[in-house]
Amino acid sequence: MILARAEQATRRYGDVLALDRVDLDVRAGELVGLLGPNGAGKSTLLNLLVGLRRPTGGRVLLFDGDPRDPAYRRWVGVTPQETGLPGSLRVGEVIDFVGAHFPDPVPRAELLDRFGLADLARRQTGGLSGGQRRRLAVALAFVGRPRLVLLDEPTTGLDVEARHALWEAIRAFHADGGTVLLTSHYLEEIEALAQRVVVIGQGRVLADDSVAAIRGVVGLRRVSLTADELPTLPDVVRVERDRERIHLLTGDADQLVRDLVTAGVSFRDLEVRPTSLEEAFLTITAESRPAEAGVPTTA
Amino acid sequence: MQYALAHARYQLLELVRTPVAVFGSAFFPAVAMLFFVVPAVGDDAVGATYATAAMVTFAVLSANVFQYGVGVAEDRAQPWDPYLRTLPVGPAPRFAGRVLAGLTLTYLSLLPVVLIAALLTEAHTTAAGFALAAATVALVSVPFTLMGLAIGYALPSKAAIVVAQLVFFPLAVGGGLLTAPGQAPAFIEAIAPFLPTRGAVELMWTAVGDFRPDPLSMVMLGVWIVGLATLAGWAYRRDEGRRFS
Repeated sequence: MILARAEQATRRYGDVLALDRVDLDVRAGELVGLLGPNGAGKSTLLNLLVGLRRPTGGRVLLFDGDPRDPAYRRWVGVTPQETGLPGSLRVGEVIDFVGAHFPDPVPRAELLDRFGLADLARRQTGGLSGGQRRRLAVALAFVGRPRLVLLDEPTTGLDVEARHALWEAIRAFHADGGTVLLTSHYLEEIEALAQRVVVIGQGRVLADDSVAAIRGVVGLRRVSLTADELPTLPDVVRVERDRERIHLLTGDADQLVRDLVTAGVSFRDLEVRPTSLEEAFLTITAESRPAEAGVPTTA
Repeated sequence: MQYALAHARYQLLELVRTPVAVFGSAFFPAVAMLFFVVPAVGDDAVGATYATAAMVTFAVLSANVFQYGVGVAEDRAQPWDPYLRTLPVGPAPRFAGRVLAGLTLTYLSLLPVVLIAALLTEAHTTAAGFALAAATVALVSVPFTLMGLAIGYALPSKAAIVVAQLVFFPLAVGGGLLTAPGQAPAFIEAIAPFLPTRGAVELMWTAVGDFRPDPLSMVMLGVWIVGLATLAGWAYRRDEGRRFS
């Protein structure tokens, strides 16, 4: 069963094309990560899926209906931006208030407990730390016993311990049969949680695959060196030249360095760096547009 | 309805947690009562009754224009507002809750005026007059609620505060709220019937005393209500179009 679907969904804001013919299916029981740099269109896609915005072209479906009809939002849970929590209200009151919109909300005490907020029930949200507010915001997505939760950057700004606690709560929900669509610009977070990754950039779906497969593309290393001539090397995804500097993108930097030494290349100033997601996205984008693949990037 | 009550409760909780909001809308009418009405016409039963009714109208005007004008504009700027739109309930209960909370706050802000009138002046009305006046408060809240909504949906919060202040005082003075019936300077008597505050205060005077409303004021009040409803509706749809389409 498909819980959320985008069919050729397109969204423009004036002249800006935020989403460009996006297809996406989220099936019951999946834990899908939506990965992409800021401004890629992740939030726009989530806004379409929860009915906050209308697609300019194509269509979106939530539980086989129009998400702009409140009835179809009955089984979906969404995270508010934690900066927007009503500051003068207490944690327990915010939970009760959101719960009042659902027929069978999770009891306040149970939810507080599940998200480690039990000690904070009587605190006003304005007095919480950023991490505590973040936890409350994520907890709110689960108040209505949703079948699908949409989590936008759920752990941004959390310390390691809080992040892992939140990951546990998300995994527990998924283990109980819940479906999750979460966005992140951290590959690490997607890897820790998701089974399936949808990479989105410049408003388009660039890749939709298993975590391992995406890791193969995204987990590239950049080997930079200064040399005159290079022999043909195996496993090099892309070569960029910047005057005498040469940048090699590869999946196996160790082997590449061994190959360079074995081939007797006279090089200096060797540098090995993990590629940023940004670079990985550029690689994927370049692959999806073969005509431009030869153009060197300045990144 | 159950959702509307949840929203009203939530809005009132927020208000109660910042008591200065409640205090603010009750302050001016109460001070005006103490400084102008009590010493000037406190001993005159009819004058004090009319003056109290005018101060009640003044309080209704200020409570509604400010809480809707500023409140709606501030809410629109918060990311909490779009979050509430993702809950499985349409925008109507939130709106109804806001109006319920607004009426509650309006009645609360009248308490000091009514208490001062009862304790420190000769103002007098019958039980039926009092009940009629209480109901009239809800009726005359309509144009000022619409005015506040129009300001709140049309303007960002900083501009909304300024505009609410700019419209509030001329409406109060120009409508003759600070003067007894027929006692205002000539030019105010001339423009008053064309302002919504005049129609509102005449309805209040009619409720508590032996006053016959001016047909021109009543017609103009109707015109204002229609005009303000149109303006508020336009501002609301424009805001919806910008943020939720």
